Amino acid sequence: MNFGSLDLNTTWFILIGVLFTGYAMLDGFDLGVGALHLLTKKDQERRILLNAIGPVWDGNEVWLVTGGGALFAAFPNVYATVFSGFYMAFVLLLVALIFRAVAIEFRSKQPMGWWRQMWDVGFSAGSIVSSLLIGVAMGNIAWGIPLDERGEFAGSFFSLLGPYPLLLGVTTLALFMMHGAIYALIKTEGELHARIRGWINHFIIFFIICYAITTMATLLYVPHMAARMRASPWLFSIALLNMLAIANIPREIHHERDWRAFVSSCVAMVALMGLFGLEMYPNLVFSNPSPAYSLNIHNGASSPKTLAIMLTMALIGVPAVLAYTVSIYWIFRGKVKLDRGSY
Amino acid sequence: MYNRFQAMDVLILSRLQFALTAGIHYLYPPLSIGLGVLLVIMEGLWLATGKAVYHQMARFWTKVFALTFAVGVATGIVMEFEFGTNWAAYSRYVGDVFGSALAAEGIFAFFLEAGFLAVLLFGWERVGRKTHYLATWMVCLGAHFSAVWIVVANSWMQTPAGFHIVGEGMKARAEITDYWAMVFNPSSMDRLFHTLCGAWQAGAYLVVSVSAWYLLKGRHEEFARSSLRAGLAVGLAASLLQLVSGHVSAREVARHQPAKLAAFEGLYETRAQAPLTLFGWVDEKEEKVAGPQIPGLLSFLAHDDTGKPVTGLREAAPRPEDRPPVNFTFQLFHLMVAAGVWMIVISVLGCFYLWRGSLFGKRWLLWLLVFSVLGPQIANQAGWFAAEVGRQPWIVQGLLRTSEGLSAVVRAKSVVAAIILFGVVYLLLFAVFVYLLNDKIRHGPDDADLTPAGKLALPERRPA
Repeated sequence: MNFGSLDLNTTWFILIGVLFTGYAMLDGFDLGVGALHLLTKKDQERRILLNAIGPVWDGNEVWLVTGGGALFAAFPNVYATVFSGFYMAFVLLLVALIFRAVAIEFRSKQPMGWWRQMWDVGFSAGSIVSSLLIGVAMGNIAWGIPLDERGEFAGSFFSLLGPYPLLLGVTTLALFMMHGAIYALIKTEGELHARIRGWINHFIIFFIICYAITTMATLLYVPHMAARMRASPWLFSIALLNMLAIANIPREIHHERDWRAFVSSCVAMVALMGLFGLEMYPNLVFSNPSPAYSLNIHNGASSPKTLAIMLTMALIGVPAVLAYTVSIYWIFRGKVKLDRGSY
Repeated sequence: MYNRFQAMDVLILSRLQFALTAGIHYLYPPLSIGLGVLLVIMEGLWLATGKAVYHQMARFWTKVFALTFAVGVATGIVMEFEFGTNWAAYSRYVGDVFGSALAAEGIFAFFLEAGFLAVLLFGWERVGRKTHYLATWMVCLGAHFSAVWIVVANSWMQTPAGFHIVGEGMKARAEITDYWAMVFNPSSMDRLFHTLCGAWQAGAYLVVSVSAWYLLKGRHEEFARSSLRAGLAVGLAASLLQLVSGHVSAREVARHQPAKLAAFEGLYETRAQAPLTLFGWVDEKEEKVAGPQIPGLLSFLAHDDTGKPVTGLREAAPRPEDRPPVNFTFQLFHLMVAAGVWMIVISVLGCFYLWRGSLFGKRWLLWLLVFSVLGPQIANQAGWFAAEVGRQPWIVQGLLRTSEGLSAVVRAKSVVAAIILFGVVYLLLFAVFVYLLNDKIRHGPDDADLTPAGKLALPERRPA
């Protein structure tokens, strides 16, 4: 298909951003539910939490897999540099994701207490480690990683664990836990629902503290991640939207409008990812300390022909994906009821 | 010198890591694809006839499907990222071409599968019967689409087409010139057919095996007889189609990857009336193969003509460093063929006695059918390894060597750590999978499924 003078590289920068934002909004809540899974003690309650995400977590994770595939196809140099550079971090992430995936499936297949406890721990630990590592990866991309003149990573595993990336790791975990707790409120009722409502302010406060520290640290120590906003003050409206959306979450929770709180949390994520993308653009991997070696939407990209083919695929595929994602969420709407087919 | 050893170690270790993760992953998706077809058949029979046993079958095999699917997804995520972690140079080189097939798999297959899987597993009492059946179809289709794209991507590595090379030296990379020529590269459709037949066999013989075991133990007999019929029918069809597909694939490999075909058969000298070795051993030093042979059969397989010459290794890859490991490839290929022939034999026997009406009394045959579940697994693993090892030393046939595809920044010790981690996790996963599958089989189908209630109750069933 011919897309005329459309800037395909920028379009794909945005599309990759959309895929990872979709991943954060969707898998974010089931990772969050996993992170707080062990806070419940009763088997029945744990089953309800598992079944709250049961029909959808797999589809949510596909956003990550498709995001990875799209990155490979649209920006192969970025895919190659990041994944080989963050080798051990990604191996750990994969192991964590595997554990959590099978734990969900295996847990309720046997009645023994030790069996269920083992997979509960696997599910929760896998969720927490995945959230942390995703945040650490984002933190490194924001901070910048050392690249050489070939665009290869020139650091080590431990150089990825700087204070700023770790801070982002914790903030991501806090964000997902809050997001997951709101989702759990929507899907539960009765005693469990009341208990989660009791916890939720702690999650919100924990996230807001992390968010404030991250914002401060970014403005002070990562000036390039605020440069565009300094140059075009109207972009501050996105930051404002982000802050208002976050501020709206406790308000909606207070009025027991859980759905609106969830939407606010999603809006906050979209605004955060939007800011992240705006400040990164046109870079995909910022090289620090040698900015000249950065990988951007041009030196990291596939040919215009491939980008055009992929855009055609996206135009065919994405509406279909959205249609059945929405139908699945619609079919499984409402509070969780355990039945014979449940986990 | 140290650097060369280091590079060699990383090469061997990275190949080992890929072989381990891909090999174990490949136990599960074929089962999902094959079981997907059987689920469509079983649930279709239920909707068409209203017989409760078909409902019971659909419910039971859906649970088995869920188990294989979950482990398939969990081990599959690794594959999506392993190209980048271990094969960064390869990823840069082929991303423009290979990446788009991988992305297509995500957008066209995975979303479809994962979305409708929810309805298939949890939707029995939430949606109408027709909607549920639609979901079963979609999951089955999604599993097939995923095979389409991954086999297209892999086939491009075997028989690259529809691209040109841009840039030189370290900067060289493949770029798409003709998308459809890339998708329909010379081997993709033949290999897709071959892979799907293998997957259908995997699903079919699992159903056959479990059902035969129930019959031997005298348990769940009505369920077992109906399942066995469905499984044997699909198994026979897939096994016979595999014979056709094997021949078509051999013809294609002979034309496009003569060195691989020569390695399959340990054929060094180009010769007319080339023989097919039934089993044997290749002496790579003496460049000879020992074992009983059928004259002319390889020429027939490769060219439909016993008289035509088949290219030997000395001509296809004159320099030894351009050849795959011959004996290893030979043994894997022969193992696959043997397993394929064995599956034809037992499915023909099974169907023959089924037609005669005496299958359920033949305990020796039922025992053979119990172990038939191993056949497709052996054939799928051996065939996949033969196809990939037979392409060596190339990662993309004729364009890029496997040794040139590695990640520049990944050290041997990291790969060792990854192999140990993945190895432990995968072994654990496999053990748990077998344990749960065994448990599910011992538990058997649920008798409550014979009297569907609520939304699933049959309108024509009236109390007597």
